[in-house]
Amino acid sequence: MIAQLTSSERQYSAVILILLLMAGIAMAALGKADALGVQGVIVLLYSGVLLAFVLSSIDKPEPSEDRQANYYDDPIKVGIVLSMVWAVFGMFMGVWVAAQLAWPNLAFDAAWSTFGRMRPAHTTGVIFGFGGNALIATSFHVVQRTSRTRLAGQLSPWFVLMGYNLFCLLAVSGYFIGITQSKEYAEAEWYADLWLVIVWVTYLVLYIRTLARRKEPHIYVANWYFMAFIVVVAMLHIVNNLAVPVSWGHAKSYTIWPGVQDAMVQWWYGHNAVAFFLTAGFLGMMYYYLPKRAGRPIFSYRLSILSFWGITFFYMWAGSHHLHYTALPHWVQNLGMTFSVMLLVPSWASAGNALLTLNGAWHKVRDDATLRFMMVAAVFYGLSTFEGSFLAIRPVNSLSHYTDWTVGHVHAGALGWVALITFGSLYTLVPALWKRERMYSAALVEVHFWLALAGTLIYVFAMWNSGIIQGLMWRTYTEDNALAYSFVDSLLAMYPYYIARAFGGLLFLLGTIVGCYNIWMTVRMAPVTAQDHADLPDRRAAPGIAPSPAE
Amino acid sequence: MSELFHRKIERTAIGFVVAIIAAASVGGIVEIAPLFTIPDTVEEAPDMRLYTPLELAGRDIYVREGCYACHSQMIRTLSDEVERYGPYSLAVESKYDHPMLWGSKRTGPDLARVGGKYSDFWHVAHLSNPRDVVPESNMPAYAFLARTPLRMDDLGLRLAALRAVGVPYTDDMIENAAADAYGQATPDSSYSEGVTGRYGEKTQISAFDGVTTNVTEMDALVAYLQVLGRLTDVAYGRTAASEQAPDPDQ
Ligand code: HEC
Ligand code: HEM
Ligand code: HEM
Repeated sequence: MIAQLTSSERQYSAVILILLLMAGIAMAALGKADALGVQGVIVLLYSGVLLAFVLSSIDKPEPSEDRQANYYDDPIKVGIVLSMVWAVFGMFMGVWVAAQLAWPNLAFDAAWSTFGRMRPAHTTGVIFGFGGNALIATSFHVVQRTSRTRLAGQLSPWFVLMGYNLFCLLAVSGYFIGITQSKEYAEAEWYADLWLVIVWVTYLVLYIRTLARRKEPHIYVANWYFMAFIVVVAMLHIVNNLAVPVSWGHAKSYTIWPGVQDAMVQWWYGHNAVAFFLTAGFLGMMYYYLPKRAGRPIFSYRLSILSFWGITFFYMWAGSHHLHYTALPHWVQNLGMTFSVMLLVPSWASAGNALLTLNGAWHKVRDDATLRFMMVAAVFYGLSTFEGSFLAIRPVNSLSHYTDWTVGHVHAGALGWVALITFGSLYTLVPALWKRERMYSAALVEVHFWLALAGTLIYVFAMWNSGIIQGLMWRTYTEDNALAYSFVDSLLAMYPYYIARAFGGLLFLLGTIVGCYNIWMTVRMAPVTAQDHADLPDRRAAPGIAPSPAE
Repeated sequence: MSELFHRKIERTAIGFVVAIIAAASVGGIVEIAPLFTIPDTVEEAPDMRLYTPLELAGRDIYVREGCYACHSQMIRTLSDEVERYGPYSLAVESKYDHPMLWGSKRTGPDLARVGGKYSDFWHVAHLSNPRDVVPESNMPAYAFLARTPLRMDDLGLRLAALRAVGVPYTDDMIENAAADAYGQATPDSSYSEGVTGRYGEKTQISAFDGVTTNVTEMDALVAYLQVLGRLTDVAYGRTAASEQAPDPDQ
């Protein structure tokens, strides 16, 4: 890891880690009467371990002069490993919370293991831990390959990656000890949020500087999406997390937004976390790895433009569809509904663009499970955006809102789209990055594919059923105009589906573990030495290696 | 033509970033800013009172435990919801809420108007182990709340932080926060009178968890649950359903 840093860069990183260590000590001291103290200790341990690592290798030989002539792949490798670790953790938490809904005693009379504390550990673990690390890693890879230049910083990629993981760690460990802002997908408290701002700005600057050094005249489509992901997530994060802490010694803070305005800000954030974290970033992956694996150019450049700007503009209006029939004024609800329906156009433009890119490569989809991961992901992307636009229509939402139907929609997107596109991309990226000829086992990729697909389908069908049944039971009247079912009646009807969902999730988790094993064994394989595989900034890539739009 | 234009922005990273910011800002500005300026976004409620320090501590526990992951606090304007849970929620009812806890998932029932629906005793038994009360329930057991003393020394700081974001707590309330929390959970103590003085006659003074010797997190959470939907009565005047606010003394 450290081998590619010069000794002055190693010293800088030691200084940064010492500063962080001191921040940890300060947090531990100021917050000793509060949970903040525990978080301080975590910061201290995290930076201490990294510092020990840096110091232990500070005297290693300097990197060779020509490091600029190579791509910078070490942070990407670490990012991939971290992403898979978080995947196993986050999905394990998912299976556990799913099991708790079916068998509530799985919380064992402890505070940390109750559903309310573990659920955000699941969502943060999978979205930010698994998804975020995968996005950082692949964005570092894509920006270098499509710009044919090395990352613009040596230390900053590490700062972004390790800093981001510190944020995830603070967030998740915080939930277990009762630290949360309660805002969905923005549960982390003020100090972690501030830290993320620093990390994220560094990420943005690094990304722009790397693009500025590119040796291609145009910025490739995948980078548009990664840029939108980085820029808009920064905007959303800052606005939604504005808060006043109880004191410098408290983890707890109160958001500046009151009641109805808070609801709007939160779902403006929440929906666009979906749009720019779970969609834009992963579209960036798709626009690079899918054409690359298929060996075909993107079907249409025009569709990419339409889709990109449509998504960037429309999504930001759609958040209020989370607040239909609530105390939010009607005009905002209607705007949200209208834009959500219009969103279908740019969404399907991207899904269609991906599928049409595969025209002429369908035999590869049949034979290559990696490409099939990405193909199915594009189908689920099309499906979940169609479903989303449908759910955003007010009368439909009156049935689906508050029910498991939402959860089904979420996981059609999260499992079917986000996770599958990530696995497909990683299976393309891992052999290339470690310079192995292929993945360790194609059969295990195949096994993973079927476990993931079966798990997703079981999960989503279970939730569609339970959601619709639940919604209908709540609104059914008897002949003499009384409500037909009590709440507990509807709860009882859910149990079979909760069990089925936990089982589907378990299959999905098993697939992920198979994937980890396969990646690990690939890393341990012997590298290919042939020079004609060389993947260097100054070499024009062979056609088909760097994807480019058709036309 | 437009394609040519795009070919141009594609050539500058900074230009592209600026274009993204411009395109992405419009929606949020148009939908959020007017919520602060259009007066009838939030209704008037002259009788609305503030959360007492004990209720606020309970609310913070509700947040901490993630009760919002299973319970909404937002009755929609749909007839079956009004019938099941009471008059639909108004914006003004959460005007002092930082953050709002409207929720997005009903694994359990809506709680916007649960205040006064059950006795304190019922809540304590239910929270300690929901399956003792409702055998079919999948709600987690929160027995540890009754074992955990409530931290009261920082309640003044909490009120002050809320004042900083716009909740009209007075200096008097902030100074007496800890005493008021104690007084609300300890009927017949010399501190109880201060609570009704500062927060209104309707404030419920009770030994919520049935034990007066110490104030626990259970006291605070039950105090909060009992005030849900009862900070103001305006919602009852609004809906077609002519329901009355439930009376705790019945
Ligand atoms: C796993 C989801 C879940 C979590 C988390 C949860 N609940 Fe529940 N809650 C339920 C379910 C299901 C019911 C309905 C069955 C019952 O009464 O136990 C319920 C019922 C209730 C009721 C009775 C409502 C009524 O009108 O009958 C109250 C009050 C309540 N919960 C409070 C809480 C509080 C406070 C917390 C947090 C400390 C909490 N719940 C956390 C699922 C949950
Ligand atoms: C092993 C597979 C998984 C299982 C078993 C699982 C299970 C669950 C469960 C039980 C919930 C709570 C639902 C509820 O409150 O009723 C949930 C919520 C959620 N999960 Fe997963 N999950 C899995 C994978 C994922 C992945 C990979 C992602 C994202 C990339 C994800 C994102 C989410 C989100 C965003 C929510 C919140 C949904 C909402 O608020 O409506 N999950 N999951
Ligand atoms: C055109 C695109 C989409 C539209 C219009 C859309 C619309 C919606 C709607 C209407 C809801 C229900 C809100 C409610 O009733 O509470 C919802 C929830 C959700 N959607 Fe989508 N969706 C889209 C795409 C996606 C995709 C691709 C994902 C990827 C994972 C996704 C993730 C989520 C999540 C996580 C929630 C749950 C939020 C919560 O309640 O916590 N959506 N979406």
